Amino acid sequence: MRYLSPASFDDAVALAAEAPGVTRFLAGGTDVLVQMRADIITPDTLIDIKKIPGTHDIARTPDGGWTIGVAVTGAEMREQDDLGADWPGLVEAMDLIGSTQVQGRATLTGNLCNASPAADSVPAMIAAGVTLTVTGPDGNRTVAAEDIPTGPGQTSLAKGELISAVHVPPRGAGGGDAYLRFIPRTEMDIAVVGCGVNLSVEGDTITAARVALGAVAPTARLVPEAAAALVGTTLGDAALDALATAASAACAPIDDKRGTVRFRTHIAGVLAKRAAKIAYDRARKAQ
Amino acid sequence: MSKIHVSTTINGDAAEFLCDPRETLLDVLRDRLGLTGAKEGCGTGDCGACSVTLDGRLVCSCLVLGAEAEGREIATVEGIAPGETLHPLQRKFIEHAALQCGICTPGILVAAKALLEKNPDPTETEVRYWLAGNLCRCTGYDKIIRAVMDAAAEMREVA
Repeated sequence: MRYLSPASFDDAVALAAEAPGVTRFLAGGTDVLVQMRADIITPDTLIDIKKIPGTHDIARTPDGGWTIGVAVTGAEMREQDDLGADWPGLVEAMDLIGSTQVQGRATLTGNLCNASPAADSVPAMIAAGVTLTVTGPDGNRTVAAEDIPTGPGQTSLAKGELISAVHVPPRGAGGGDAYLRFIPRTEMDIAVVGCGVNLSVEGDTITAARVALGAVAPTARLVPEAAAALVGTTLGDAALDALATAASAACAPIDDKRGTVRFRTHIAGVLAKRAAKIAYDRARKAQ
Repeated sequence: MSKIHVSTTINGDAAEFLCDPRETLLDVLRDRLGLTGAKEGCGTGDCGACSVTLDGRLVCSCLVLGAEAEGREIATVEGIAPGETLHPLQRKFIEHAALQCGICTPGILVAAKALLEKNPDPTETEVRYWLAGNLCRCTGYDKIIRAVMDAAAEMREVA
């Protein structure tokens, strides 16, 4: 295996495009190194992107959004108070992943590209409307978070392409987000179901919403029907019930040791309601 | 397979080594540099026995490549005690009998030290969550938590 640490994304793309055999990009390594050890992947070339300038930066953009470098760790996100004030759900979702040690290395981009259906940060990214700059041999393109994973362990990135930046939209007034997951204990576990909700209010009325679910389908998915159940309401019981019904209807989970189809489908609705309440409270306080 | 030359800093001292690209920082510390304090429990980032800090950040050294140490600062359990005097955490672990087989202890000491540098006055809950990635199969954790809380209290008095 060759270990390369290019100084620019253009160099990284050029190295990846010409590399024979299996290539992997290395950011925090919390998935790649585990997969290498287990012989799930045996890269011929490993391209460490952490020496590329800007990959460790969290920066506010002129429009009030955020650009997060692809090597920024969960611990660094947690320590950026302004990011957490704007997007508490996104930061909390990332913070749920693994131990303190894992938080010292794990990245949003890695969680997205590992493409686990149960990845905690991914429903939160989808709900927040996060987009990614994908850099490849043909230049840059912008891709929505929900369009990166295509199945368990599979992404829409072509050979030689990698994510070079994470873009979080401007929060704006009257907005709030939340992410909740179900696990059978309090820490250090993989989501049985995850749900991210992001919404905006004017007064008490919800004017826009995005709802995303994790661990209930081959990929984390955006659920427009669940969002539609919220818009125009003041999150009364009828809206919450409609939200739960739409969330459960969007589930196509597997039965496994972590949860049955019936359990996951039910819990998706329960978590959607609870996350919506948290996001709604945050949004009303942010007016 | 050609080896990679790495220059780094370990416990404040300059260090150089040659490693294979696939070798982890844990392999390098134990097998090339003779620093066997960090232990290999799982090798997959689940148990925390290999905990070290990398530029001050707590990580599992089994999930870091040796090659990634280039130009970075690494701290291991071997650097915790200033000279011949035990660090308060080490002393309190002995006083509270917070270890039995000892495999998890170096990782827990490194992790607890990182916590107390960030938060000198943690609650018991904060200690338990911070150390959730350090598995111990002997003690049942209570003595470990008590030792960390006691060390924190003593370090606050001295500070």
